[in-house]
Amino acid sequence: MRAFLAVIKRDLKLATRIGGDALTVVLFFLMVGAIMPFAIGPDKELLSQLAPAIIWISALLSLLLALDRLFRNDHEDGSLIAMRQAGLPLELIIFAKLIAHWLTSALPLILATPLLAILLNLDFAQSIKVILTLLIGTPALVCFGAIGAAVTVTIKRGGLIAPILILPLSIPTLIFGVSALSTGAISGASYAAFLFLAAITLLSLVFTPFATALALKMGAD
Amino acid sequence: MIDIGQHAEYIIGAYAITGLLVGALIIWINRDYATQEKRLKDLEAKGIRRRSDEKKV
Amino acid sequence: MAQNASSEPTPQDLGFFSRLAHPGYFLQWSAYWLKPLAILVCALLAIGLFYAFYNSPADYQQGDTVRILYIHAPAAWLSQFSYAVMAVASIGSLVWRHPLADVSAKAAAPIGATFTAIALATGALWGRPTWGTFWEWDGRMTSTLVMLFIYLGIIALWRTFEDQARAGRIIAVITLVGAINVPIIKFSVEWWNTLHQPASVFRLDGPTMPMSMLIPLFVMFFAFSFLFLLLHFISMRAEILRRRIRSAERRNAQRLRSQG
Repeated sequence: MRAFLAVIKRDLKLATRIGGDALTVVLFFLMVGAIMPFAIGPDKELLSQLAPAIIWISALLSLLLALDRLFRNDHEDGSLIAMRQAGLPLELIIFAKLIAHWLTSALPLILATPLLAILLNLDFAQSIKVILTLLIGTPALVCFGAIGAAVTVTIKRGGLIAPILILPLSIPTLIFGVSALSTGAISGASYAAFLFLAAITLLSLVFTPFATALALKMGAD
Repeated sequence: MIDIGQHAEYIIGAYAITGLLVGALIIWINRDYATQEKRLKDLEAKGIRRRSDEKKV
Repeated sequence: MAQNASSEPTPQDLGFFSRLAHPGYFLQWSAYWLKPLAILVCALLAIGLFYAFYNSPADYQQGDTVRILYIHAPAAWLSQFSYAVMAVASIGSLVWRHPLADVSAKAAAPIGATFTAIALATGALWGRPTWGTFWEWDGRMTSTLVMLFIYLGIIALWRTFEDQARAGRIIAVITLVGAINVPIIKFSVEWWNTLHQPASVFRLDGPTMPMSMLIPLFVMFFAFSFLFLLLHFISMRAEILRRRIRSAERRNAQRLRSQG
């Protein structure tokens, strides 16, 4: 357990020190969200209707941007090899890294969501719901990102190929995440979407450490 | 050809696209195979071989 | 590649299936199958097309556009079947690290992508007269599109790796992750679709088809499936040769270097 926490602590430290890019991800998230009205127009009604979708898409893109740092640095400086030799199973180390990554990439942008909500004219109740769905849904996005990052870590220019692999896999999360926010249409649908979203997150949390560890092992030998 | 009704252009279009794509795939795969076969022959003619014929890559 | 070549057992002491799957033996036995398969595919296609155009009635609802389904449905089936082949092959690469499994998975991807594209194109051309639009965000069409994206991602991944043996095992992981996800994607898209529009659009699967339509459909099904098998065989053979060329070239380079 102590080793597990140590991995989390190490990754948190690396991401928040100078040169770590936890802040960059938040900035990117805010900018993507803020640039949408320039394309859509300043119509407040329309913006508040589209706001949940805009926030979710921005979060998805920001997390794609952040995933490259998940394993790349560890691969380049050899820490990944050390982790494979560690007493802790690689799957657990990856789980710890997932937690740290979520804390330094997804959590900051969830905290920044109220800012976007104001800019996009989202009312208070909806903002709370958006934050709630992001809290439930982003772990799944981080998980898919980790698989993509692990698969492409040995490729020198893996930056662009990982998002191409991950985006199709993220579709269910996006669908349920945004549908959980929809009002009207079919009653109970948004609640069902919320439950599906939670189910996807739980499933991906269970499977991802194994798939990611497998991909890293296969890439190493 | 029998009369295929008012939507003939869509039906013919669908079959044409399928024919085109499948044809391209067949040509591409066969060309690839022919190229590899020729390269291997050329290498063997030059006396460059793998460790054994049975041992795979 | 090179390191597991030394531990490779000789073909003689392998069981029946292992011998079938040995790349060298595969090259031998698959060669005998190419011509009969090609003839079979041509014959089935000829029969299928004859039935599709001359010997089947127009649908009472869809009219003659039903004839598009005779290629659309088999293409859609192959788009899923190819992925199943890739997934099974991926298990083979991960569990047994079998080189032929890598080859099979790699060869199936472009074929699957092509048939997925065909399914989309014919679906759009069927949709235009039936739905009045080329593209409908219908559950089935949408998940086929996602399928195409997954195929293209995997093909792109194959092309970025230098070392194909390592690529095979890594891509096997993402292929299996995709295989687990495809049903979830399908479900979510269908669900999303019913949420956003009433299910009044005419579905691709009619209620029941008369025998006269089932015959061309079945014949085309088999024609497409055997075509897949044929193309998969040729593509796998090409890939085996490509790997032999690479290892021969590498050996040659090593020899030249050691000779100085």
